[in-house]
Amino acid sequence: MRKILVGVKRVVDYNVRVRVKPDGSGVITDGVKMSVNPFDEIALEEALRIRERGEASEVVAVSIGPDDAQQQLRTALAMGADRAILVKTDQVIEPLTAAQALLAIVRKENADLVIVGKQAIDDDAAQTAPMLAALWDRPQATFCSKVEIKGGTATIVREVDAGLETIEIDLPAVISADLRLNEPRYVKLPDIMKAKKKPLDVIELSSLGISAEPGLKPVLTEPPKPRSKGIMVKDVAELVDALKKKGLV
Amino acid sequence: MSKILVIAEHDGQKLNQATARCVSCARQVPGAEITIAVLAADPAAVASQAAALAGVAKVITVAAPHNAHPLAAVLAPQIVELARDYTHVFGASTAFGKDLMPRVAALLGVPQISDAMSVEGAYKFKRPTYAGNALVTLEAPADRKLVATVRTASFEAAGGGGSAAISAVTVSAAVPSHTRFVSVSAASSDRPDLASAPKVVSGGRALASKENFELIFKLAEVMGAAVGASRAAVDAGYAPNELQVGQTGKIIAPELYVAIGISGAIQHLTGIKDAKTIVAINKDGEAPIFEVADLGLVGDLFQIVPELQKSLAK
Ligand SMILES: Cc1cc2nc3c(=O)[nH]c(=O)nc-3n(C[C@H](O)[C@H](O)[C@H](O)COP(=O)(O)OP(=O)(O)OC[C@H]3O[C@@H](n4cnc5c(N)ncnc54)[C@H](O)[C@@H]3O)c2cc1C
Ligand SMILES: Nc1ncnc2c1ncn2[C@@H]1O[C@H](COP(=O)(O)O)[C@@H](O)[C@H]1O
Repeated sequence: MRKILVGVKRVVDYNVRVRVKPDGSGVITDGVKMSVNPFDEIALEEALRIRERGEASEVVAVSIGPDDAQQQLRTALAMGADRAILVKTDQVIEPLTAAQALLAIVRKENADLVIVGKQAIDDDAAQTAPMLAALWDRPQATFCSKVEIKGGTATIVREVDAGLETIEIDLPAVISADLRLNEPRYVKLPDIMKAKKKPLDVIELSSLGISAEPGLKPVLTEPPKPRSKGIMVKDVAELVDALKKKGLV
Repeated sequence: MSKILVIAEHDGQKLNQATARCVSCARQVPGAEITIAVLAADPAAVASQAAALAGVAKVITVAAPHNAHPLAAVLAPQIVELARDYTHVFGASTAFGKDLMPRVAALLGVPQISDAMSVEGAYKFKRPTYAGNALVTLEAPADRKLVATVRTASFEAAGGGGSAAISAVTVSAAVPSHTRFVSVSAASSDRPDLASAPKVVSGGRALASKENFELIFKLAEVMGAAVGASRAAVDAGYAPNELQVGQTGKIIAPELYVAIGISGAIQHLTGIKDAKTIVAINKDGEAPIFEVADLGLVGDLFQIVPELQKSLAK
């Protein structure tokens, strides 16, 4: 039976209005609420549903990040993951490094399917799934809104610019979850208690022989230019007038 | 010199406008010499459109039946082989480019710069992070190939008038059979394309049903605008997924963006930050959308939209 790995990234919560550090060295994360990347909850939900349908035997949540990422892995365990692995590093991790680390775990665990989020809402990179699939030399199905597994193949519906694309892939493979793949379940209190007893292994990134050194150097982080304040109009006639003046209608 | 390979995006017949925007970004790279690669079953039509783009030095084509549909796993090894003679490989930050380029980067063993929004040097680019709330300038090592996707909303499409030479090349890369194209839903082509339209009218959760969302389509029609939607409207089934605007939908930069019954969550705003004029219609005067709107109108959309449509139809 299949084993599924799910990427779980610790990110600044999506409700937080992120602020840039005055010295331009990054964004302020001290004292800011951290959460599981929303797309990873969707990825995990899909893995759990596949297991619940009897198409997989085990779901393992994997995070590459600081010690505190154990909190997010506990959330994943409370949602229903069987086990969790923290690949520990204090460095900021680029998607290529995350993909290398995930591949090392895939090999160790002999996984048949990896489900990650479409993108992490901190770096908004959307790179990890294709990079992992490339390094693993396996199929990728990004931006998925439907996954159907039959034996050794999966039929996938992807959200693309034209609409919906259907592809067929052989397993093992990498899938990235889009928003409409599913609605993640809520965690109930007893599940949180149970999750405390589930296995969570911690290994050092360096023990996998992977360097955390980023390939891209951040030179400056700055806030976006604010838009200039607009005006309020009182009715449709005023709106149409204003648009005509701007030559827009 | 920067030898830049731009990967053409197309549907087999027509070059996507996103590629012309990619070319504009590439032209800003110091010392750029630009080649467009067209991988297709029959690249002739697309190649001649690519050759006409201003600033393009060369077009190379790879014709093969397996290139009939854009599968990243099939295209990436071929592009890696083509990339041998180039310093940079660019693709648009569209669903196509986001799927393909990281696979190319990983095969080349290099990191990728996603969503390049401005060129700060041959190996230095600015990009948005945290839904556009922080802009990061990244520097890539000059001794390795640089792979990037280009945020199309940040660059105008390159003009025409070029006449680059077109040459067919063959690649020997083995392509896998583990990934197979089945079908794609045909987008209705009678409406302006959301990604490139100069005017966009978008509706949100407030429309409350698929039937009501017709109001947005009707208004868009009299304005000659494309239609967009918030995630809430798409999730609820009022509008199809390809119309979603925002952090995880399409990032657009029209001349005019009209947001109707949309609150203005940061994930939505990141998709419209570069719009020239934003109009907001919302019954809640405190809605965050008004903080970015150039023109705001507080009121009930079910009254305002039909009235607006009538007055513009005249
Ligand atoms: C990871 C992640 C990614 C996301 N990506 C996106 C994305 O790409 N795009 C996106 O849009 N969202 C995205 N979201 C969702 C986003 O956070 C908001 O939930 C969403 O944008 C809200 O949509 P809305 O404005 O239509 O709905 P609401 O926030 O419910 O706003 C409805 C608005 O309509 C107004 N209204 C109600 N009735 C009327 C009426 N009769 N007349 C006039 N006004 C009325 C209300 O005052 C309100 O302001 C994402 C969220 C997450 C967590
Ligand atoms: N450090 C990480 N730890 C665990 N999963 C990750 C990590 N980085 C990326 N991922 C996974 O890859 C997805 C895409 O991330 P990104 O390529 O950074 O946008 C995320 O949604 C995660 O599922």
